[in-house]
Amino acid sequence: MQSTRIYGPRTLPTIQRWVEYLRYRVVHWITILILLAGSVIVLAPFAWTIATSMRLPAESFTVPPQWIPTHPDWSNYREVFRKIPFWNQILNSAVVAISVVIGQLATASLAGYAFARLEFPGKSILFWLIMATMMIPLQATIIPVFVLISKLGLPDTLASLILPSLPTAFGTFLLRQYFLQVPKEYEEAAMIDGAGQWWIFSRIYLPLVKSGQAVLAVLTFNYYWNEFFRPLIFLTSKERFTIPLGLNDLKGYMMTGSISVVLAGVVLSLIPVMFVYLLGQRFLIEGIMMGGLKG
Amino acid sequence: MQAATPMRGSSGWQFSPIAWLAEDTLAGIARRRALLGYLFVLPTVLGILIFTAGPVVVSLGLSFFKWNVFQPAEYVGFVNYRRLFNDLRVFISFVNTLKFVLLAVALQIAVSLSIALAVSQRMATWLRYYFRTAFFLPLLMSGAATGVVLGYMLHREFGVVNYYLGLLGIPRIPWLNSSNWVLYTMVLAYVWQNMGFTLVLFIGGLNNIPPEILDAADVDGATGWRRLWHVILPLLSPTMLFALVTGIIGGLQIFDIPYVMTRGGPGDASRTAVMVMYESAFKNMEVGYGSSVAVILFILIMLVTAMQFWLSKRWVFYQ
Repeated sequence: MQSTRIYGPRTLPTIQRWVEYLRYRVVHWITILILLAGSVIVLAPFAWTIATSMRLPAESFTVPPQWIPTHPDWSNYREVFRKIPFWNQILNSAVVAISVVIGQLATASLAGYAFARLEFPGKSILFWLIMATMMIPLQATIIPVFVLISKLGLPDTLASLILPSLPTAFGTFLLRQYFLQVPKEYEEAAMIDGAGQWWIFSRIYLPLVKSGQAVLAVLTFNYYWNEFFRPLIFLTSKERFTIPLGLNDLKGYMMTGSISVVLAGVVLSLIPVMFVYLLGQRFLIEGIMMGGLKG
Repeated sequence: MQAATPMRGSSGWQFSPIAWLAEDTLAGIARRRALLGYLFVLPTVLGILIFTAGPVVVSLGLSFFKWNVFQPAEYVGFVNYRRLFNDLRVFISFVNTLKFVLLAVALQIAVSLSIALAVSQRMATWLRYYFRTAFFLPLLMSGAATGVVLGYMLHREFGVVNYYLGLLGIPRIPWLNSSNWVLYTMVLAYVWQNMGFTLVLFIGGLNNIPPEILDAADVDGATGWRRLWHVILPLLSPTMLFALVTGIIGGLQIFDIPYVMTRGGPGDASRTAVMVMYESAFKNMEVGYGSSVAVILFILIMLVTAMQFWLSKRWVFYQ
């Protein structure tokens, strides 16, 4: 696009400098316009979902779409709760996501601290073994895990989703990175003052890795709220479904009858993740970048 | 570690582990820290052994058995693998998956890198914030919701996408009804949903490039494409490697979007490897056969990842 320049811009004659400047502005505004168009396309499914969820059920699948609901019809939102046990499903997703978040924060904080700050024989072997398991895809373990869940008498319970998710190789790695950033001097000073090991961990280190825990919490919540594969296998009754399963089920149930009811369900299912995103977007983005920079 | 101080000697006194741990010396502190270390890693190590490491080994074992859950398992050697390599449906699903991964990862990286470069230009803060949020938002949607929403929008007769294409004079596209189209539709839906992830990675990578290097490139007269190709991309290559590795691992496991949108159809045109594994193990109750599909998928993921790290020595540049 641009030719090679041998000299820097300041040595160019005035007219050429103007052309250069103009070209820069034009390219700049064209990219902004393309970005705007792109963002409209990317956001369109959201706008369409919200708008269509407020259309009359009979009109829901007719074109042209109505982007701005002039006569919003809220009946679809009532209907979702009638068609499927929607409250149960929202609650189930919340129970699973929140339990897994709390559980992973506990196990990963403990293990991350141990791997970062404590010395014990076999530490590095254990650490690398755990890291190696991050490579294992869910599908390679799901069949034996399902057998185990059945043996424990847990199929079709939320516990079947929560229990296997409590240990986390990724979370352990993530929090270890945060613990490593805390200066060792803090610990030494506390030890000289006679502080016990648990006290050092819980009172000095834990408060200093809060942002790491927030990163893990936001990523984990998002993942388990939206998870589909395991619930599909582990859960069988509609009252136990999590919300993604419920939506899939509702879609099959409504066929093309009234899609606005299904879309009302989608909108409702998005509210909690949006809320978590608003609160913790900094941590969500930090978490993704951590992976990228450290990996 | 330090050897224990006085221990079970033949002398009169007894060894007390509590006193041994509570000893008020440096050795005692080290012992307490080691014990705490084991206690702290115990839940994670035990959990991963039970729910990840153990099951992988069991999966491998199960793949040599014939088992329908109701009757006792029967050892059959390599029968499942022999059957798998002659199973046209499995073959098609793996080809679909590979095609999908190739297209989806390439498109996702191309699109998100372009957006990251465009967004990192000088512009008003609110505008930058708006773009970042807009392109990131689909990542918050579940694969199931994505499948539902885009499935409706791409409906051949009543879909809003074909309606607008129709206004432009483009005939109705059978997004989900034609075996020629459906895989591309999956790629588009998947990239729509996941683009935000790589976008954030690339924005982070670009922010991490020291401004001095860009200034130096400027002084040397490297602008436009040359600057992109010879300066920015090499500095971005570690991020690119991460995006590629995670993108390919994630893509090979694609399941929810095609499952919700088409259940693998029409025919087998959007059936993926994980879908075949799911169907054999949990629908047809052929646990051993399903395990063999899972093992092959796992091996494929390991091979592709190892290959990428091996190839990366040639193109990834670390500062």
